[in-house]
Amino acid sequence: MKTNTQQVVRTLSAVAMTLGMFATAHAQDKTTQLHNRATAAMCANCHGTDGRTTEGSAIPSLVGMPKEYHVLQMQAFKNGTRPATVMHQITKGLTDAQIDTIASYYATTKR
Amino acid sequence: MKRRSFVQASLALGSFGALGSMVGCASVGRVPEKARVVVVGGGYGGATAAKYVRMLSDYKIDVTLIEPMGEFVSCPISNLVIGGSKTMADITTPYDKLSGKHGVNIVRDYVASVDPAKKTVTLASGPTIRYDKLVMSPGIDLMFNTIEGLKEAQSSGQILQAWKAGPETMALRKQLESMDDGGVYAITIPEAPYRCPPGPYERASQVAHYFKQHKPKSKVLILDANQDVTSKGPLFKKFWADNYKGILEYMPQHKVMAVDAKTNTLKFDVQNDVKANVLNVLPAMRAGGIAVQSNLANVNSRWCGVHYQTFESTQAKDIHVIGDSIMLAPLMPKSGHMANSHGKVTAAAIVAQLSDMPVNPAPFLSNTCYSFVNDKLVVHVASVHQYDAKDKTYKTVPGSGGVSPAPNELEGIYAWNWAQNIWADSLM
Repeated sequence: MKTNTQQVVRTLSAVAMTLGMFATAHAQDKTTQLHNRATAAMCANCHGTDGRTTEGSAIPSLVGMPKEYHVLQMQAFKNGTRPATVMHQITKGLTDAQIDTIASYYATTKR
Repeated sequence: MKRRSFVQASLALGSFGALGSMVGCASVGRVPEKARVVVVGGGYGGATAAKYVRMLSDYKIDVTLIEPMGEFVSCPISNLVIGGSKTMADITTPYDKLSGKHGVNIVRDYVASVDPAKKTVTLASGPTIRYDKLVMSPGIDLMFNTIEGLKEAQSSGQILQAWKAGPETMALRKQLESMDDGGVYAITIPEAPYRCPPGPYERASQVAHYFKQHKPKSKVLILDANQDVTSKGPLFKKFWADNYKGILEYMPQHKVMAVDAKTNTLKFDVQNDVKANVLNVLPAMRAGGIAVQSNLANVNSRWCGVHYQTFESTQAKDIHVIGDSIMLAPLMPKSGHMANSHGKVTAAAIVAQLSDMPVNPAPFLSNTCYSFVNDKLVVHVASVHQYDAKDKTYKTVPGSGGVSPAPNELEGIYAWNWAQNIWADSLM
């Protein structure tokens, strides 16, 4: 009986711990998601909210852009291999981690 | 009508004359007793903050935006209306998407007072709204009283500022249209910091372009209180020398002390008087009236100090100040693009704080500012500002940012698309 109680307690506490970890992980996910959305929003002034530009815009839309392509273009602006009017100056101010965050975010947006 | 005089008139009259007609508008939201987030001012900063609090909270946090104007009129691009290549309709955006699409409750009114202790905002029309978080984005106030005779000349409509885009934008255009060929347009610039550093030089370029096409015997005078052109200097000066020689004259170190409306004359602290047919006087600026009145302008009684990570006021808890009203971090301009960026960082911080989440430890801001030197050619200045947690301020990244190599038509296209996209990003 005593053993059973101990087992139950042990099992319950394990369950509680796992749930707690899930909750913490979930909260962290939510936080990261919020910060990443806000970081990506820094592009929206020119490239439109969630990467959707206005109709007929010469500034490209970023919505749904594949991540690898996006990172390559940003790095090409940053290292000067792709000429630009402003993007070479903007990308030089961003960390590689920020570029990754931005590219990841827009890859998940849908038209 | 100016914000302050309107508020005073409203308070004196019990406010129901003028406001009565405004409240009749269809777009007016209800006045709630309480909103989790109240935003004061629907410009580039406030509208963006309102929209992004809604979006970043997955539409869970309610937002009430208090804005007296029925529609948004953009300062960026307004110089092209003065130059004649764009219209007021081109620079005007309604607020209906902000309410209809994003569920921002828009109350069309002025704010009479803020009580940071009780966390309430009292409207000019009387009701009080409680808030958990207040975003103040009231823009700038023009300090007409710092120049003798300007206040009277300004209220009579004789000497315009047109620095807050709106009726004065068109009024200045009309003054230029009715000026005889051979006349003189003079624009005066206050000492920095002021709203939109390259703006006065862009405006002078637009007027010079108009004169060159339609009134070739006329002149543009730039009378600058600063030592030199404060933004994109070499680009502007080269373009003026190459294209507006004999039309546009730049005169630094001209600080206006007084205007004589009878003779249309400017008086300076040191230099000789200047007479012109159309005077466009930009006085010194400070944080919007309601921010000053609420004791938030704690830097030289002109600008609002903020904690840059969240834009929370250094003066009052749970009040965030954004846009042109703030005391700037180094190399940060007072611009619409920057205000939009402030709005997003602040919206994210507010959503985090109201959801018991940590605030982003490393936010960054970007700025791109385009200036038209005629109706097609454009130069830009761009910058990126990363938050430095150690020094608690934003710093530009060495090697980043910069200006155009020369005025060019491609950026003319981008500049107009930038305007359309940022209007949509802030308001739609």
